[in-house]
Amino acid sequence: MSYARIAKDGLWDNNVVFSQMLALCPLLAVTGSATNGLGMGLATTAVLLASNTLISAVRHLVSAEVRIPVYIVLIATLVTLVDMGLNAWAHELYKVLGLFIALIVVNCAILGRAESFASKSPVLHAAADGLMMGLGFTFALVVIGGVREIIGAGTLFANAHLLLGQGFAFLELTVIPEYRGYLLMILPPGGFLAVGFLLAGKRMLDRRLAARQAAAALSLAPSP
Amino acid sequence: MNLDALRARLAYQTVLLGSVVLLTSAALALASRATEADIEAAAMRDLRQSLAQVLPGQYDNDLLTDTLRLAVDEGPTVYRARRAGRVEAVVFQTVARGYAGSIVCIMGVSRDGQLLGVRVLSHKETPGLGDKIEAAKDTWIHAFEGKSLASPAADKWAVKKDGGAFDQFAGATITPRAVVRAVKDGLELFARERSRMLGEMEEGKT
Repeated sequence: MSYARIAKDGLWDNNVVFSQMLALCPLLAVTGSATNGLGMGLATTAVLLASNTLISAVRHLVSAEVRIPVYIVLIATLVTLVDMGLNAWAHELYKVLGLFIALIVVNCAILGRAESFASKSPVLHAAADGLMMGLGFTFALVVIGGVREIIGAGTLFANAHLLLGQGFAFLELTVIPEYRGYLLMILPPGGFLAVGFLLAGKRMLDRRLAARQAAAALSLAPSP
Repeated sequence: MNLDALRARLAYQTVLLGSVVLLTSAALALASRATEADIEAAAMRDLRQSLAQVLPGQYDNDLLTDTLRLAVDEGPTVYRARRAGRVEAVVFQTVARGYAGSIVCIMGVSRDGQLLGVRVLSHKETPGLGDKIEAAKDTWIHAFEGKSLASPAADKWAVKKDGGAFDQFAGATITPRAVVRAVKDGLELFARERSRMLGEMEEGKT
């Protein structure tokens, strides 16, 4: 499997959220704003990269019968280690991301990648898959968070400096000035609405792309 | 015997699962030992920082060790700030019942009952609406500075919508209402327990 294929799968074709429909629980919980989505996405990417690498490294030792408990123990340990390490040595970051790290444990996408990819692939491929799946997840979280934030509060990346530092304060935009806000989009129902419409949008886009590809293939084919 | 045959045996699987759990537990125990001191130090630093935010000015004692519990099992911990031995200000927590759970606030009160500052330590209010009570997101919480039970008058300790002196947020009244109420409760607690909080009971009565 080529790295380009892995990247395309992770970012678009087999996107954790938009195609696999996994990890919706943490997704709905944190995407009230684009900044929160970004924080959760980056934390998940780090854990996914580490867990895929580790599980791929031990894949020859693990029997099929006990693989699920072994993966769960490894993933839970990794998340706890990240949690403790950040709390102790990157406390400022932990204060912002702490909430998300605990949620990563319930992210079934991580176990999903361990089971369906890392346990069958060489270490480098598994690491690339973890990174790309994580970035694809981050992309989905930021898009959904962004849509909810713009409609719900009229801003984009509000308070990004709390997550990324003062250097990223330029990201903070007021998209709709003097906007009174639309609370529904920030509350949980807004998460379902945003995910639903974005899913439909992706399906439409994919279908249109497929139709165009089919048309191109047809016109390239030699005429009889 | 090769690995494939070995993997299928029950004993191998038992030992494998056992060793994985043993190894990860050991890793967690080690990591916990390695991070414990730093995590505690970070928590103390956080506490010191939030105490400093509601206590402008210089004090010459360590607030974290100069504490007082008003009651044995309940009531907030009171941190006392002294200058030349005299308690100049106290800091304690007050908890508001917000829109979505408890809002934990910390407030600094000078010995004459004036608010030095209020900060929200933790809350579960709606992002983008109720979270304007955080100092990082809005200046609203600074409105308490310099206020006391006498100014504004007791019936003005409410949000403007209820005829009081404090702003509410567009779309969120419950959160600021709860915080105003909790701060007022805190000031009343201070008024009731003033002599104990300032440590003047021992000197005055005994």
